[in-house]
Amino acid sequence: MPKHDTPMMDELEKGPWPSFVTDLKRQAVKNDQCWDILGQMELSFRDKMTHWKHGGIVGVFGYGGGIVGRYSDVPEQFPGVAHFHTVRLNQPSSKFYNTEMLRKVCDLWERRGSGMTNMHGSTGDLVLLGTRTDQLEPLFYELTHDLNWDLGGSGSNLRTPACCLGKARCEFACIDTQAVCHGLTMKYQDEIHRPAFPYKFKFKFSGCPNDCVAAIARSDFSLIGTWRDNIRINQAEVKKYVAGEYKNNAGGISESFGKFNIKKDVINLCPTRCMWMEGEELKIDDAECTRCMHCINAMPRALRPGLVKGASVMCGAKAPILDGAQMGTMIVPFVKVDPDTEFEEVVFYIEKIWDWWMEVGRNRERVGETMQRVGLPTFLKVMEIEPIPQHVKRPRENPYVFWAEEEVEGGWQRNVQEFRAKHKM
Amino acid sequence: MGYDPANPMLDRITDIGPPHYERFFPPVIKNNYGKWLYHEIIQPGVLMHKSETGDEVYTVRVGSARLISIEQIRELCDVADKHCDGYLRFTTRNNVEFMVDAKAKVQPLLDELKGRGNRFPVGGTGACVSNVVHTQGWIHCHTPATDASGVVKAVMDELFDYFTTMKLPAKCKMALACCLNMCGAVHASDIAILGVHRKPPMVDDETISAVCEIPLAISACPLGAVKPRKATNAAGQEIKSVSVNAERCMFCGNCYTMCPSMPLADPDGDGCAILVGGKVSNSRSMPTFSKLVIPFLPNNPPRWPEVVQAVKGILEAWAKDARKYERIGEWAERIGWEKFFEKCDIPFTIKSVDDYRLAYDTWRTTTQFKFTSHIK
Repeated sequence: MPKHDTPMMDELEKGPWPSFVTDLKRQAVKNDQCWDILGQMELSFRDKMTHWKHGGIVGVFGYGGGIVGRYSDVPEQFPGVAHFHTVRLNQPSSKFYNTEMLRKVCDLWERRGSGMTNMHGSTGDLVLLGTRTDQLEPLFYELTHDLNWDLGGSGSNLRTPACCLGKARCEFACIDTQAVCHGLTMKYQDEIHRPAFPYKFKFKFSGCPNDCVAAIARSDFSLIGTWRDNIRINQAEVKKYVAGEYKNNAGGISESFGKFNIKKDVINLCPTRCMWMEGEELKIDDAECTRCMHCINAMPRALRPGLVKGASVMCGAKAPILDGAQMGTMIVPFVKVDPDTEFEEVVFYIEKIWDWWMEVGRNRERVGETMQRVGLPTFLKVMEIEPIPQHVKRPRENPYVFWAEEEVEGGWQRNVQEFRAKHKM
Repeated sequence: MGYDPANPMLDRITDIGPPHYERFFPPVIKNNYGKWLYHEIIQPGVLMHKSETGDEVYTVRVGSARLISIEQIRELCDVADKHCDGYLRFTTRNNVEFMVDAKAKVQPLLDELKGRGNRFPVGGTGACVSNVVHTQGWIHCHTPATDASGVVKAVMDELFDYFTTMKLPAKCKMALACCLNMCGAVHASDIAILGVHRKPPMVDDETISAVCEIPLAISACPLGAVKPRKATNAAGQEIKSVSVNAERCMFCGNCYTMCPSMPLADPDGDGCAILVGGKVSNSRSMPTFSKLVIPFLPNNPPRWPEVVQAVKGILEAWAKDARKYERIGEWAERIGWEKFFEKCDIPFTIKSVDDYRLAYDTWRTTTQFKFTSHIK
């Protein structure tokens, strides 16, 4: 494949941020279809429009997900990208790698594709970007046989689950995010690889309410770690914070905004105002705490989450298409996330949702939209969950309650003649 | 034995899932799993985590373009082999993390990264502009209204200094999605760049009956703007097609997702909207969605100067005015959105007044407001 003239792409080689253009040019030495990627990109920059055809259904035998088909609409000009399918590899939970494995992926992709990747896709997959249809089966064979590695999800499947790095390197993690992410990924391989749902379904697992994988904003089913006892306080460390020995927010905020000040930076920013100083001791009324994490983030050496740990189950988050964005709705305030029971409690809720949604969900309807359509009361009934105030921000503001006949004394069957005998028109 | 095209199902292996994560933990991570006590950011881009065993792990965070080559990955592996016993990880926000088990190993690692040119910027911690979560854009997507990698490169070149330092009042998480499908989940970001269309779909009568399920195209429209229509194609045959009521179109592109014969992308129609003030963390205030403050900026490749300046303007107005710990949305809520527009010098337009579903939630229903320049 020859080089193309790419003045606009070349402009993006300047500047301090890593340049994908420089990188593409380097890769083109080994995979010369990269010249055509650059060429077609340049054309898009000139035309201010994409040059990929709509859709393209390709895959590997027996799977209905993991490969996204893509074809150029200018293949004569750029034959190297006539086919430009992506392959989604299910990333190892929390994206740790060793170089031996990564190099094997690189070798595979040098042979079987363009050599370009996304590290990583938004959902979490390791994305191999750009290959031809005839390469897909050999690639899948080598991936499974030589690397013992499998594809992730796409389409109306369970999408590749993702999690934060949890207990691997974070003191805040209240649940073992990797264990639950990997465990459920393995349990639901069929759902990841073969479409059986009305639409996509995403799992995400965050270790604490800081929610570093943005589970609450984008996953149909999320677990967000929390605790139900008291924040652990190390009063000796509190004293050192007060004495100015430690920096703001573990050093994350500049002292140009002022030195650490426990009243200003912690106590006054607590959303429930449940903290105060008594002499040199920090006191917390834990019954009033909503576990927002601010105080713990601000002084991690002194404060830690409690010891009775579990997760909140949030359901139905999605981006705005079509009726508007939804955050995950609180469904179960506290569940145990226990690897020893194979996450029995979590699995119970997941399968309850799926059984129902596969029955009533409409084509291309996310579960959050189904929840909106039937209403939270109906959803809670389906889930066999007792309604509690934690399910709502505030009670409803209209009186339009769907009473059931059996809830009303005497039922709904009445005689209008008897009524009329007493109440003339 | 390799793959045999004559017998593709021979020895087939399926449903084995990803490799187990534990294989990829460096020893210091494996030994201290669940035992971490606290952390400290010792300089921008360098974290120290302390374990109850006394062990420490030092993490150097490096920004990456997300769209990277295997040559680049091999180079990352070279660094990891030389300094980190052959381990590394990636973050949710497309950063690379190198971990070492002693403070003395940090500087040689930083020197190594610096010695490799400007391809490994260290930063992305604390009160910084984070690396941008983004989508594919013109490099791979079939429905984009703007590019992704190009816009992100242009923005991050300009905001580079904010990635490698920690001088903001709080963290600023940025995201870009190249169309309203929002694969990049930009809808809960401090600053979001969103590709938008502004021309209704065209209808290609020559192809529609061959490539579209007409009822699906009709039901794809949330506003009932797509209706069945009888048409005659160039060959003179009567075919089933659709019409689009342009007055009702909100340019979401959902019809094109369902029907390739309804393209709506356009060089002049397409561009970027800017949304601000979203967050996902539960810290202090509740998770919130980003709000649309600039409805449209043109696509101006290769460097999108209008988008870059708009993002920088918002970022710096916030940085100048916000209190410690205040994310952009928290700042805007405290000062009031009327003040936000004034302080950011963004003209308020009717496009920021919601007229879609649940719009009433955003209308002001109190007598509390501030007298800003908007009141004549």
